[in-house]
Amino acid sequence: MRETLLIPLALTFISFSLTSIGGGPSLFAPMQHEAVDVHHWITAREFVEMFAMSRAAPGPGSMLCALIGWKVDGWAGAIIATLALFVPSSLLCYAVARVWNSHRGKAWHTAVQEGLAPIGAGLILAGVLAIGRVAGAGPLWWGIAVLAAGILGLRPRLHPMVLLVIGGVAAVIAWKLSA
Amino acid sequence: MSQDVVTSPPSTSGARVGLPSIFIVFFKLGAFSFGGGLTGWVYQEVVAIRRWMSEEELLSGLALCQVLPGANVTNLSVFVGLKLRGIIGATVAVGALLTAPFLAVISFALIYDRIASLAWLSPAMDGISAAATGLLLVVGLKSSARAVGKLAPMLALAATAVMVGILQWPLLPVVLCVAPVSIWAAWPRKSRDA
Repeated sequence: MRETLLIPLALTFISFSLTSIGGGPSLFAPMQHEAVDVHHWITAREFVEMFAMSRAAPGPGSMLCALIGWKVDGWAGAIIATLALFVPSSLLCYAVARVWNSHRGKAWHTAVQEGLAPIGAGLILAGVLAIGRVAGAGPLWWGIAVLAAGILGLRPRLHPMVLLVIGGVAAVIAWKLSA
Repeated sequence: MSQDVVTSPPSTSGARVGLPSIFIVFFKLGAFSFGGGLTGWVYQEVVAIRRWMSEEELLSGLALCQVLPGANVTNLSVFVGLKLRGIIGATVAVGALLTAPFLAVISFALIYDRIASLAWLSPAMDGISAAATGLLLVVGLKSSARAVGKLAPMLALAATAVMVGILQWPLLPVVLCVAPVSIWAAWPRKSRDA
């Protein structure tokens, strides 16, 4: 009787995949509603724990879907939920990007590219503010962010991982000192 | 290389990018990206370090990827992978990106009770996400510098950043309003060129 669990799981996440405009953060509220209230796959408490785990793990926050799937049916559930959430949107993006690339070099393509580039830059700056808000950022958090930005400004080709390690170590030291 | 299909233009560096290097770059991205600063890291790897794409190409792709449904970074991986090696490149990029995060959340679920007691884990995660955001900030400032001195791009950039970042208006309608104006301003005009 696994199909009775796995098919709704797949269908739920496929529909999320194709409607999640704005990426992962736009998904948390509907995911909670479907998984907790509609399908009773997990409890509200479990959802909060899973949210914390998915934030502590690397990668997109929407990987929360794997945890929900895991709870429903172990490895099969986790893999199905992950594929259902990431494959449909990737296929759509692939189709759009192919059309986009096939018109490279035409005058309108150049104009669209020039027109979209400053919007992409604006979205990156907006992303900085959004992450700060989600992280509940205090002075220490912003201090580390600005410090990392300063280091990268001085050494543009520095490897990102070096910066992340510096950030993690600095935060642990500050936490030790304040304890 | 000569075996390249005519329709797929060569990468900016001119050499064909190997699938293993695509896999390694995106696997690392997935494995070490905490707290959502992924876009900054993609920029750093793809434009600054490896020069697989021009800055403008990646930024316009980013705007495209954010408007489409799906996680921004998986869409961006599809975009970069497709540019480098077609559908195989896109599949390898997304697969590599998601492998480590998938295994990480499952491992967390398995050992949750044990790691929840590690008190230093949470500040460390916060610090990593802050540094990742610093990376994103540099990329945001660098890509904004391109718009300085040009009226229309500056307005488009500021309008997007304020409406989405500060006013927290939904992304899709904002982009759908700003994009046509911004593209119209960049549209080639015969009268001016002649």
